[in-house]
Amino acid sequence: MSTAHHDEHPRGILRWLTTTNHKDIGTLYLVFAFTMAIIGGLMSLVIRVELWQPGLQMTDPHFFNQMTTVHALVMIFGFAMPGFVGLANWMIPIMIGAPDMALPRLNNWSFWILPFAATLLILSLFMPGGGPAGGWTIYPPLSVQGGIGTDFALLSIHMLGMSSILGSINIIATILNMRAPGMTLMKMPMFVWTWLITAFLLIAVMPVLAGAVTMLITDRHFGTHFFEAAGGGDPLLFQHVFWFFGHPEVYILVLPAFGVFSQIIPTFARKPLFGYASMVYATASIAFLSFIVWAHHMYTVGMPMGGELFFMYATMLIAVPTGVKVFNWISTMWRGSMTFETPMLWAIGGVFIFTIGGLSGLMLAITPADFQYHDTYFVVAHFHYVIFGASVFGLFGAITYWLPKWTGHMYNETLGKWHFWLTMIGFNLTFFPQHFLGLAGMPRRIPDYALQFTEFNRWSTVGAFLTIGAQLIFFYIAIKAMKSGTKATDKVWEGTDGLEWTLPSPPPYHTFAVAPKIK
Amino acid sequence: MKRLRKTPAKANRRLAVKLGIVTLAMFGFGYALAPMYDLMCQAFGVNGKTGRMEAQAAAAKPVDASRTVTVEFTGLATTGLPWEFKPMTRKLEVHPGATQEIKYWVRNTGNETITGQAVPSVAPGVTAAHFKKIECFCFTQQTLKPGEAREMPVRFVVDPALDKNVQTITLSYTFFNTDKAQAKRYGGEALAQSGQDDHAHHAAARAPGS
Repeated sequence: MSTAHHDEHPRGILRWLTTTNHKDIGTLYLVFAFTMAIIGGLMSLVIRVELWQPGLQMTDPHFFNQMTTVHALVMIFGFAMPGFVGLANWMIPIMIGAPDMALPRLNNWSFWILPFAATLLILSLFMPGGGPAGGWTIYPPLSVQGGIGTDFALLSIHMLGMSSILGSINIIATILNMRAPGMTLMKMPMFVWTWLITAFLLIAVMPVLAGAVTMLITDRHFGTHFFEAAGGGDPLLFQHVFWFFGHPEVYILVLPAFGVFSQIIPTFARKPLFGYASMVYATASIAFLSFIVWAHHMYTVGMPMGGELFFMYATMLIAVPTGVKVFNWISTMWRGSMTFETPMLWAIGGVFIFTIGGLSGLMLAITPADFQYHDTYFVVAHFHYVIFGASVFGLFGAITYWLPKWTGHMYNETLGKWHFWLTMIGFNLTFFPQHFLGLAGMPRRIPDYALQFTEFNRWSTVGAFLTIGAQLIFFYIAIKAMKSGTKATDKVWEGTDGLEWTLPSPPPYHTFAVAPKIK
Repeated sequence: MKRLRKTPAKANRRLAVKLGIVTLAMFGFGYALAPMYDLMCQAFGVNGKTGRMEAQAAAAKPVDASRTVTVEFTGLATTGLPWEFKPMTRKLEVHPGATQEIKYWVRNTGNETITGQAVPSVAPGVTAAHFKKIECFCFTQQTLKPGEAREMPVRFVVDPALDKNVQTITLSYTFFNTDKAQAKRYGGEALAQSGQDDHAHHAAARAPGS
């Protein structure tokens, strides 16, 4: 088969603007995601510098609040979600033996919405009155009262949401229609499975967020009163609508990372994934349960006792399928011939960090205890363990795991390990003390604090600089591997199994023009 | 020579359209949550919106002299309404079932005639269903001339069916200007026209048997 003329594509900037190739778009998504990570990371440093000591020194409180708000929006909608969509674009077609994504033109559009949305979000900070400052959850009344910067942020959230809905439609169509003959659903790699479920979650809840955001916009400008008590509305309604989106969103961020762990751990344990079918069912149960637990984010609003009990038990139930997944990963490693290359370190580290986050989540699920933890640094520590542990560790794991396949070069293993360990230490130094701060009653989203919290806050700030600083190593490794390095074999890792490893490293521009045979 | 694969373009498009419909439906569901929320609050009586009762029905309630409940009163005039507004009684010990009356005091500090509407709320929210008002200045709009002051009564009864664990109930009023342009001049928000009817009739609509 001659593929030479298929490799032709426009050169330079036009290639990237007009591309409909899943590998190009995957790369674009990843570059975009990590650009946003730099911006969001710098914002977190502003927060940590301000919290170096009590009192107000660096920023005024309004700007501090903008930083916490925009840091979260950038990291969630700009980094974690596009990062995993990038992985999906790169990997799903070559993992299921498809020639490309199902709707390549749509794919191009869903990416190119992102830079504009991100620009809008960042510009909001430079508007009169500043950017959104009421927290990423954009609760009214603050989000109804904010200045024009809030409008920028709301429109930006709309666009980011549209992008991920379009991306999800594409992913579902690809997985359901484009699998190589013989690849039944239950033969799909776990990463593909978790993305299929994530994509369904996305099209179920992103429109609900779009609805909530539209209601906010019409409340602000078109005289509706969904959330304004003055007009017979209720700000609490927003919290219900928001968290109906917001809780599944957490699983949107972590499920693809679970898929990555399920690819990496069997490779380096040199054993097939333990309990494949139970992994699929556990993922689906987590997704289902995520729809009926939203009000555990709002225990303190004065719900009836029955409601609090229901949401408490439903939330705790999620620990069961999550436990199934964690035990399956451990069982996969059990008596395996394990080696600890960088991707494996990220996977094990990710499972470890995520499990700590899951345990603190269980603590927060207990209604009476939550009244103490609510809106404290304990919550901040909890969701960073969950989202950093799963999503960020998952992304780094995935990138180091597949980078040799993408670029054809091995990355620098020594530096990769340095990157992992510095991030691991820095992350824990940053966020572990925040558990104690929260238990002692330090509230989140406040630029000042009582004197006795100083020491833990200092550890946290040092840890933040270490974590962010360590990422320089990552950028160096990634850029280096794109240009040079030891030639990677097609199989790359000895223990791999899957269609992507049957392709050359790097794979040609078009792959699987002829359907592969599935054993 | 092997034939290159054709992508199932038609099937893809059909699936994409179906998923697009799901997306639109979920967008609609987001909006449907608003009326559903109101219905749920009404069904469980948890939104702090108080009930209303006729005087005769209230008088017919048995008085539970074996327990007392503290009822606290508070009030606030929003920025759009230049009124002084406060309860004349801060706190009252009541027996459930006994009809009580207290007064709020209001004065127009502006130099024009202003019409305001008070919006009540009861905390804890779950007690709202058992807090019944017989008469209230919030049932109608209040119009005050410049400098005019007024005492406004609230007559209420706490239903004896109130949860045994509740010891304190707080009744609060937020007073809004009803004129949007006027409220803006004082730097605040007005009560929406539609919302105003909503508040005036809300309680009535919820009264048992009405």
